[in-house]
Amino acid sequence: MAELSREQVAHLAKLARLALTDAELEHYAQQLGVILDSVAKVTEVASSGIKPTSHAIEMTNVFRTDEVRPSFTSDVTSQNAPEWEDERFRVPRILDEE
Amino acid sequence: MSELIRKTAVELAQLIASGEVSSEEVTRAHLERINEVDGDVHAFLYVDETNALEAAREVDKNIQAGNLQSPLAGVPLALKDVLTMKDVPTTCGSKILEGWKPQYDSTVVTRLRNAGVIILGKTNMDEFAMGSSTEYSAYGPTRNPWDLTRIPGGSGGGSAASLAAFEAPLAIGTDTGGSIRQPAAVTGTVGVKPTYGGVSRYGLVALASSLDQAGPCTRSVMDAALLHQLIAGYDPMDSTSINSPVPDVVAAAKNQSIKGMKIGLVKQLGGEGYQAGVRERFDEVVALLGSLGAEVIEISCPSFEYALAAYYLILPSECSSNLAKFDGMRYGLRVGDDGKHSVEEVMSLSRAAGFGPEVKRRIMLGTFALSSGYYDAYYGSAQKVRTLIAKDFTDAFSQVDVLISPTAPTTAFKIGDKVDDPLAMYLNDVATIPVNLAGNCAMSIPIGLAKEDNLPVGLQIMAPVMADDRLYFLGAVIEAALEAQWGHRFIEKVPS
Repeated sequence: MAELSREQVAHLAKLARLALTDAELEHYAQQLGVILDSVAKVTEVASSGIKPTSHAIEMTNVFRTDEVRPSFTSDVTSQNAPEWEDERFRVPRILDEE
Repeated sequence: MSELIRKTAVELAQLIASGEVSSEEVTRAHLERINEVDGDVHAFLYVDETNALEAAREVDKNIQAGNLQSPLAGVPLALKDVLTMKDVPTTCGSKILEGWKPQYDSTVVTRLRNAGVIILGKTNMDEFAMGSSTEYSAYGPTRNPWDLTRIPGGSGGGSAASLAAFEAPLAIGTDTGGSIRQPAAVTGTVGVKPTYGGVSRYGLVALASSLDQAGPCTRSVMDAALLHQLIAGYDPMDSTSINSPVPDVVAAAKNQSIKGMKIGLVKQLGGEGYQAGVRERFDEVVALLGSLGAEVIEISCPSFEYALAAYYLILPSECSSNLAKFDGMRYGLRVGDDGKHSVEEVMSLSRAAGFGPEVKRRIMLGTFALSSGYYDAYYGSAQKVRTLIAKDFTDAFSQVDVLISPTAPTTAFKIGDKVDDPLAMYLNDVATIPVNLAGNCAMSIPIGLAKEDNLPVGLQIMAPVMADDRLYFLGAVIEAALEAQWGHRFIEKVPS
């Protein structure tokens, strides 16, 4: 049921923010197709009457009280920053300059 | 070689507590061993010598002052590089986190520190815990101490290999689909995946949040029980942590009789596709259990045949979402930030450069399974299979106390054999995955060497949710019976 085209894989890579080379796209198109064929087996038994499970141990609404607690200071937060400027993370441009 | 490194954690803890040997001496002996053999084994990504020795001296001081912090105080441990430890590099085996130093301790680390356990360093793993051989580590593979040309299992191959190489008497692993148990099986060590929610996930870098669970890796059942008891228990920092008492695993590990215990053999795990030598050792233990007075019956779990397929949809889906945070903006690798590329281009370039092939494969698989038009057929169906697998376990545990199977279908394979064949690699987890999907607990213990290759075989014990004590109850008896037959501890057969 699953034959992935190179274009589909390129679209997935774009959604997943992965800049892949042409060779990688070819390779993954083939490999993902094989994996999807194999895992499609789940559709054989998943009938409409079965309740889906998202979490093995069911829990709902675990709350804690909303109180002010100490958090990291900026010198701690900045420790691992690729770029840090004026007490902020410096990031590449977000909007086009036009 | 110092005699200290061959001792169990229990033996070391007793020597340290009595003052016969200091924690510093024990820690030094293990650091020396790492220095001596880790060039070949490559179990460690980082050795934290200075802090380990300082922590050991602290424990020694406490003991002299009459303060014994825990039953494992002063004993060294190897920590899988997926758990945070303040100011110590945590890479998860990935280039994208190279040089990252977490600002906080995971709850597991906090508990180990409070217990006076000495953390020697961080162990190698498949990148972000995706793999069954540790070959997908960006920092090179770990080698199996039983045969250096073979894999030590994965993803926690570093933790398991550190035990088999006598570099550490205790280790911590994490198990999302078998990453504690399969490495334990192929290195002849003991590994336990506790009940989901039994050990806090705070500070465990998430692969698949609904499946991940940290647990003990050791060379004996009692060592595992003591470590299990130290790290388990409710933690308000993890909203999926179970708020009820930890089963008394240490008492269970003292058990000596399984008379009348009902043990189920899972019909779907252990037949076709399992190596002959694995089956042979497993069948011998089944016969042994009968002779020890247990009642062994075959149990059918028909939905287990769909577990691997469901897992390889649920896991990639959760991982594609969890790993979205690695975008090179606030921490981690950033590539292409030259003023010409947009923020999205920099993210895509950073992720392409920072993630290895298996991680990319699973992120794309998950992105596909969650995408509009495919969600119901793939992810939705996998979630229904999850319900069926949990039901198989419930039905089984209404008839028996525990289930058993081989832990892995084969012994350790050669490095390089399956590295670019994802489906062949995924099959390693066929027996371990059902437990992760249903959230219950399991243990792997060594049961001998396979005839054809003289490599370790593991047996898996599975128990219901929050009945982790049953793993130890049975594990202790099998271990004692086999050691009585062999006349020595299993690990003593490892080539040194």
